[in-house]
Amino acid sequence: MPKEHANWSPYDNNGGTCVAIAGADYCVIAADTRMSTGYSILTRDYSKICKLADKSFMASSGFQADVKALQKVLSSRHLIYQHQHNKQMSCPAMAQLLSNTLYYKRFFPYYAFNVLGGLDSEGKGCVFTYDAVGSYERVGYSAQGSGATLITPFLDNQLKSPSPLLLPAKDAVTPLSEAEAVDLVKTCFSSATERDIYTGDSVEIIILNASGVRHESEQLRKD
Amino acid sequence: MKLDFSGLESSAPLYGGNNELLSDGFSAAPSFDLPVTSDFDDFQKNSIQMVKPAKGTTTLAFIFKDGVMVAADSRASMGGYISSQSVKKIIEINPYMLGTMAGGAADCQFWHRNLGIKCRLHELANKRRISVTGASKLLANILYSYRGMGLSVGTMIAGWDEKGPGLYYVDSEGGRLKGTKFSVGSGSPYAYGVLDSGYKYDMTIDEAAELARRAIYHATFRDGASGGVASVYHVGPTGWTKLSGDDVGELHYSYYPVEPAVVEQEMTEAVAV
Repeated sequence: MPKEHANWSPYDNNGGTCVAIAGADYCVIAADTRMSTGYSILTRDYSKICKLADKSFMASSGFQADVKALQKVLSSRHLIYQHQHNKQMSCPAMAQLLSNTLYYKRFFPYYAFNVLGGLDSEGKGCVFTYDAVGSYERVGYSAQGSGATLITPFLDNQLKSPSPLLLPAKDAVTPLSEAEAVDLVKTCFSSATERDIYTGDSVEIIILNASGVRHESEQLRKD
Repeated sequence: MKLDFSGLESSAPLYGGNNELLSDGFSAAPSFDLPVTSDFDDFQKNSIQMVKPAKGTTTLAFIFKDGVMVAADSRASMGGYISSQSVKKIIEINPYMLGTMAGGAADCQFWHRNLGIKCRLHELANKRRISVTGASKLLANILYSYRGMGLSVGTMIAGWDEKGPGLYYVDSEGGRLKGTKFSVGSGSPYAYGVLDSGYKYDMTIDEAAELARRAIYHATFRDGASGGVASVYHVGPTGWTKLSGDDVGELHYSYYPVEPAVVEQEMTEAVAV
């Protein structure tokens, strides 16, 4: 007897795009604030970025209910870590925790496409990029979500980040200054907004560096 | 609770009714029995196959006089989109054992990390390092227990233990093979071609590394799902070392340099008058 297929799906795609860029001593994490379902906009003002630790911010696009659940799991695991070790989790440690958390649900995945950005223990910017089931790698920059295919080629061209696999090893972080990187991110989002229907309204930008956290917001096209 | 849907039912029948505009013989109800399937010409199955990351990669490993040579490309593709050019496909399980990645990236990464943990626990429990035979068996047994559940792993475990160099191929179907030369992935036919024609047991480390590098390069040249950076590792009696990581685009021009063409007429900048 041919297999019967379900007439409903537990997943929905709320769209949106996330970008992160790692610098020598800073990290920029950005995401648009549009949340949609199908052709409708649910809200123009939804934050996709979550602070997991002092030096780790996660931006996630995909199914926001799964993203919210994932953020809660990671935040509570971080709280437990702080109780047990009396310190904050480092960004690479949080990166592996996220990978394991995603793989834990290998057979009913979190429909979340994540980018983790922060500062490592040396103060250098680090960005980790994930797939839906937890495979991850440290990169110099990354884009995820509906506008990723539009933004990534542009960042490949502008940032020319050498592969971390090359020997002799070359630094994957961009030599751009913090202000230049923020400007680049704004350009990415305004371009992606032009050609991706799920990206727009406004972009929320978080800049992480040695002196702390800064927020910036830029309006985007609302059509 | 039984809901009353009578208000939603349409009064006009879908087809087979007497609509003169369409009753030209084509829209009449079928006079033959339709097969009870939704996938007539395997279109759905084929389109799913197209998007599946059908182990789009090239990895290889071989044993020779001085140990094991392991090499891989670094491209990850999702259907026709290149999702990354810098994936680490050679996973460092511990300082004397390497695993290669082909298939699902998350599956390979997670289970290799898990294998590393199990190998370390074995060391602590038995006060000696685990053999390559043992490590590959641990992984194969785990993958066999998940057989049929959709994991996609095509890996080679390469290491140096008390018996010398060891190389095993392990996959998510539950297969485990001992061997001296393997290549896994969509680019493997091309890699085997180069590997088989150039292989000698008595190669030096440099010759073996160059053979491995060439094999990956040729596979990336012809296989669209392979590319990025060709990494080459060597596993010797003291553990593994990374020998090289070269961008395959640059390797192409170092193997096949472009001869500068003879210039017949040189164009110069037009001077504004």
